[in-house]
Amino acid sequence: MATHVTTIRRTMEFAVPAALLAGWWFLGQLGVHSFYFPPLREIWASFQQTWLFARVGSDVVPTLSAIALGYAASVVVGIAVGVLLGLLPRVNEFLTPLFDFFRALPSSAAVPILIVLLGVGMSMKIAVVMFSALWTIILNTSDAVGSVDPVARETSLSYHLRPFDRLMRVVLPSASPQIVAGMRVALNQSIILVIISEIIVSSSGIGYFIENAQWTFDITGMWSGLLLIGVIGFALTKLFQLVERRVLAWHRGLHRKAQL
Amino acid sequence: MSETVERVLDRAARPGRRPKISVEGLAKCYTVGGSVHQVLGDVSLSVGENEFVSIVGHSGAGKTTLLKCISGLESPSGGRVLIDGEAISGPPKRLALIFQDYGRSLFPWLRVLSNVTLPLRARPDIGRGERRSIAMAALTAVGLADATDHYPWQLSGGMQQRVAIARAIACEPDVLVMDEPFASVDAQTRSDLEDLVLELRRRYAMTAILVTHDVDESVYMSDRVAVLDGSPTGVSQIIDVGLPGERDQLTTKSLPEFVALRARVLQAVRGHASTEEAEDA
Repeated sequence: MATHVTTIRRTMEFAVPAALLAGWWFLGQLGVHSFYFPPLREIWASFQQTWLFARVGSDVVPTLSAIALGYAASVVVGIAVGVLLGLLPRVNEFLTPLFDFFRALPSSAAVPILIVLLGVGMSMKIAVVMFSALWTIILNTSDAVGSVDPVARETSLSYHLRPFDRLMRVVLPSASPQIVAGMRVALNQSIILVIISEIIVSSSGIGYFIENAQWTFDITGMWSGLLLIGVIGFALTKLFQLVERRVLAWHRGLHRKAQL
Repeated sequence: MSETVERVLDRAARPGRRPKISVEGLAKCYTVGGSVHQVLGDVSLSVGENEFVSIVGHSGAGKTTLLKCISGLESPSGGRVLIDGEAISGPPKRLALIFQDYGRSLFPWLRVLSNVTLPLRARPDIGRGERRSIAMAALTAVGLADATDHYPWQLSGGMQQRVAIARAIACEPDVLVMDEPFASVDAQTRSDLEDLVLELRRRYAMTAILVTHDVDESVYMSDRVAVLDGSPTGVSQIIDVGLPGERDQLTTKSLPEFVALRARVLQAVRGHASTEEAEDA
């Protein structure tokens, strides 16, 4: 029964977008379209022409590497700082309001100042990503590390676990569900902010391509860029879920057991 | 008269009696919102080598607080705890603690075998292979040799507490300290676990302290029962059990001595409750 429901859900996940695309396609075939909503057939033709694989090197690679580098840096620095703060509650108390402030700030507003500071290259994009994703990961990590179950803490103490084992085998695993939740949000932020910074000012990237297409009234090109960003976002989210399912298998099992 | 002689003989037959653990004038206060709340007043208790002592008392008497002080997880506000004549400061090396809440004390992200080997990683004298074989021996001793690859939450409550017991004995402790270890399992499992702990205690020659609210269990398991009472708490009575060393759920519990002891402990625990009720009235 449960697997049956899962199968239906999985199928719907792909069937609904596919149906929408098919509808768009056939509306175009029937001649229902405007200048702003070109037929999907034309967008697809433009997509093939642009992205398979003419501009992969010039625009897709810069965007993807900015996402990857910015996200990786946010994850590494965010978890390290978050763990440290989680273990130092006094310091954390002082800094949390500051991090909350930065997190509440729309990161796109920081793009102009970061451009002044870093120019329009890769380092600017990475900095923009970090300006947004870092706080999310720090706050999630420090909160989770600071709230490790007291029984788990007493167990580690009374069984004389080495500090390294306590960190790697008790504190981090216990905090991992919340850290991963922060990483999931941060991944979305990374994708959004790379595109935004490319749209605002850049010399390459998918966002730059879309902005450029707008200036040249290449509506079909804009749509093809949008389609590509959608595909990239979807693929990265799926990849993340795949890794999460593996890493947090114990957590899903425990949760399911608790619900019985 | 002959009863006394028998008791002395029985005692003499038991292993060495020098105090393994001494609790001397232990006091513990907590400050809650500016007001000081004294939980333990003046607790003194001595536990001999290889002796099994149960600690009973009405709920809120500070049994768990006392246990946390003995296991070095809480530092006392007054008095001290000595193990082998040395005052402890922090969790003692050769003491293993079994918690009531196995679901939180076992790590749900580690499989059974890793839960048992984890504390052994702190021992530089033990290699990886040896860790595994020590853990396997401990798991076999508690009857869980087949469950090593499971996660704890995939097992029943009784089996999870067996894993916790295996983790404790794998550390080869001199002292086994248990905080209401069987309070959250069903009656049948509880009896099985009681007998398992008695058998392991004998096999590995451990001194044991058990906190329980179950009077039957306290008499069945121990050589002596310490009753906590008063406010702040002290040891109000120490009852010598003096039942034969070999115990059995059916025969031991139907002995007239067992029934009489049970009544004595019950009265000692209830004594407090009845005076309190009288005061309320």
